[in-house]
Amino acid sequence: MDLADQIAQYMVSGLSTGAIYALIGIGFAIIYNSTEIINFAQGELVMLGGMFTLFFLETMKLPLPLSILLAVLATIASGVLFERLTIRPLKAPTPLSLIIITIGGSILIRGIAMLVWGKDTHALPAFSGSEPIAVGSATILPQHLWIFALTGIAIVSNKLFFQYTITGKAMRACAVNRRAAGLVGIDVRRMVLFSFAISGGLGSLAGIIVAPLTMTSYDVGIMLGLKGFCAAIIGGLSGGIGTVLGGLLLGTLESLGAGLISSGYKDAIAFVILLLILFIRPQGLFGRAQTERV
Amino acid sequence: MLEIRNITQRFGGITALEEISFRVAKGEITGVIGPNGAGKTTLFNIVTGLYTQTAGSVILEGIDISRLPAERLASRGLVRTFQNIELFGTMTVLENVMLGLHTRSNSGILACMGKMPWHVREETRIRSESLEWLEFCGISDLAEQTAANLPFGKGRFLEIARAMAVKPVIMLMDEPAAGLNNRETSELAELIRKIRSTGVTVVLVEHDMELVMDICDRIVVLNLGKKLAEGTPREIQENPAVIAAYLGEG
Amino acid sequence: MAVNREIIKFLAMVVVILVAPLLVHEGYLINVMVFIGIHTMLALALNLLLGYAGQISLGQAGFFGLGAYISGILTATHGINPWAAMAAAALFVTFLAFIVGFPILKLKGHYLAMATLGLGIIIYIVFNEAVEQTGGPSGLSGIPNLQVAGIVFDTDLKNYYLIWAFTLAAMGLALNLVHSRIGRALRAIHDSEVAARVMGVNARLLKVQIFALSAGLSAIAGSLYAHTMTFIAPASFGFNFSVELVTMVIIGGLASIYGSLLGAALLTLLPEMLRAFQDYDIIVYGLLLIVMTMFMPGGLVKGVPSALSRIRGKLQGRPVPHA
Ligand SMILES: Nc1ncnc2c1ncn2[C@@H]1O[C@H](COP(=O)(O)OP(=O)(O)O)[C@@H](O)[C@H]1O
Ligand SMILES: [Mg+2]
Repeated sequence: MDLADQIAQYMVSGLSTGAIYALIGIGFAIIYNSTEIINFAQGELVMLGGMFTLFFLETMKLPLPLSILLAVLATIASGVLFERLTIRPLKAPTPLSLIIITIGGSILIRGIAMLVWGKDTHALPAFSGSEPIAVGSATILPQHLWIFALTGIAIVSNKLFFQYTITGKAMRACAVNRRAAGLVGIDVRRMVLFSFAISGGLGSLAGIIVAPLTMTSYDVGIMLGLKGFCAAIIGGLSGGIGTVLGGLLLGTLESLGAGLISSGYKDAIAFVILLLILFIRPQGLFGRAQTERV
Repeated sequence: MLEIRNITQRFGGITALEEISFRVAKGEITGVIGPNGAGKTTLFNIVTGLYTQTAGSVILEGIDISRLPAERLASRGLVRTFQNIELFGTMTVLENVMLGLHTRSNSGILACMGKMPWHVREETRIRSESLEWLEFCGISDLAEQTAANLPFGKGRFLEIARAMAVKPVIMLMDEPAAGLNNRETSELAELIRKIRSTGVTVVLVEHDMELVMDICDRIVVLNLGKKLAEGTPREIQENPAVIAAYLGEG
Repeated sequence: MAVNREIIKFLAMVVVILVAPLLVHEGYLINVMVFIGIHTMLALALNLLLGYAGQISLGQAGFFGLGAYISGILTATHGINPWAAMAAAALFVTFLAFIVGFPILKLKGHYLAMATLGLGIIIYIVFNEAVEQTGGPSGLSGIPNLQVAGIVFDTDLKNYYLIWAFTLAAMGLALNLVHSRIGRALRAIHDSEVAARVMGVNARLLKVQIFALSAGLSAIAGSLYAHTMTFIAPASFGFNFSVELVTMVIIGGLASIYGSLLGAALLTLLPEMLRAFQDYDIIVYGLLLIVMTMFMPGGLVKGVPSALSRIRGKLQGRPVPHA
């Protein structure tokens, strides 16, 4: 393979992991926009997606599609439960207490997952075989196609939900101004709960579709979560196209960097990008700076 | 003393202030009034370096302070109080005032860690001077209370004591009478006069017209981000544009 | 007078710490107490930043590790005097934190948390990947012990006194600092950064300075750790340890120097007591973080006395004073 072929190959795998980051990042953004919380447990929901699927598939011996569906639902339930038990009861939430409580939640979930499923890494079967398909000079796995397709569907339906349904519009209103939304009769707490449910759903989906490629274990949530956050930051914490582009950009840069520079430092690349964005353009690549109110 | 020159402030689409100019004379009490949303607080935020204006400049005693960040202004004698009281809630009342002497003390991190003798002396001075400012504002009895537990009215007085501890030449007050009862309001009027008599120039944003008309030497009226009028209390009370703006609001 | 009471409290603690090893005969417990000392220093360093200035750092383990690795590499690989290595580590890490502190501490809240976390992880990755220098995941060994006037600190007991000498010094300096104009300025930034700035506090610079101080102190703890253990590996300096440090501070009490000691002691003893749990201690940390934040946000140092007085009030049927 010459360099161009190699690059094409890196792009394919970069774009597919990028799509995963985008899904996770949108989850971050949805919760952030309705609550101003960065949910540090977001990555754990991604992990739960993969692990629940494994549980239904291997322990309960259910067919794959059903396992996936149940896993998504179980993760949504976990996200909602998490919000109910930890965030809602907080009497006087401050950014610091929210950070600490979601970190606490994240390591708690991780610990429980370790207790239940052990420390081994597991592989989910690919959804439809692993016979590589040649595309030009690069090859692509069927699972990559699944990732692109399912991510695309998830993002589009998410967009439609926020654009056209009453609940979606109400959630957007909360994102713009929570107090005002409450005054016009929107049940803000319910919208917060919904935002946890939706991002739990998106996160679990991400965890499920990536598991056949990268394996899964109780601790995959940390890195996936952080990279999803990175995607969201690049996208200016938008629940839409900004974060999608952010994820794809991060995925490809990471894959190219790992392939062409050093695979050991692959994870460091994402964090260097994260820091650079936070330092130079904290409002994201596509956002506009605002004057903080005093 | 203080000169506002052609200040314009835009936030995205909206223009909060447009071409505002006026002067504050030394030793006077200048009132800035106007309906809610007129841009009064925004103007204070610009003068005190918290916002960077879109255009225009602020001149303090002949020096352009427009580009100076907030923390550089206290040492030039410019202080303020806040519309929504900003106390250091976990600290005691006395400690709040002691912070006012931050710019007038200079022990660094190492001197403080090592408890150097000059630092200890400085600390004693800070404490005794702060007690005097509590006395000045009539809240000495609260010195050891935690600021967050103060009744609202006392909080306003504490903010003023803290600002006075800076030894300012000019003090901006953002709606100091809001939330005060009648007795407290008259105490406040008394205190503002007393502050002026120590030679401090005062700029006062206030909705309580009785108070404003009573203690201000000059008044600037803002409406929807524009300067509507300027003059003595009497002139303002008789100004038809001002009357229209206020009646229109209420 | 209040000042004297502070001094008596501190001296009482010094006495307890001096005699503690004489009462404990199990060598293993002394070893645990060595770790309590190191953890106290680290918790203290974080508390200055988190508890006083209100700025979170999820990358403290990185600075701790940098201190350990710089000291370890300079001595084990380059044969430099351990004390000189410790000084070099402390200075370098302080300087590094001062430089990166400017862009990092411009960030607030969640952004700051994520940025410090990212920084910590980058450092951790370097420990693993720079195999030539650090020995990679399998670690760096052969780090010499510290020595003073012919005494080599090579037993648990000697290390106990070495480390607690540093820890007590750090606590004393920190107590002085927090009761000074700088301490007040830090708490002011925490309570209302805007008001602090208007009062003339250069919040931006002070935050960076405290971040650098906190990092430097962590690096000294790291250097001490390297020279007592004589072996270091990246696993001790990962994200989990950063979270553990945050947990210590939260449990002991934000903005409390003695709370740092309490939190560090509890969290060091806890896994020892819960031997059976082994790896599952993270469940306990998670629960502790959540439960403390929800029910005792002031930490044990403030929470326990107020809970006690509430119980006493209930027993005597009196109205309850506010916590
Ligand atoms: N940081 C900001 N971002 C956007 N809009 C702002 C900001 N600060 C003030 N405004 C807007 O500027 C206008 C003037 O507000 P303000 O100065 O608070 O009025 P006042 O103090 O006279 O009641 C309002 O429309 C307000 O919403
Ligand atoms: Mg206002």
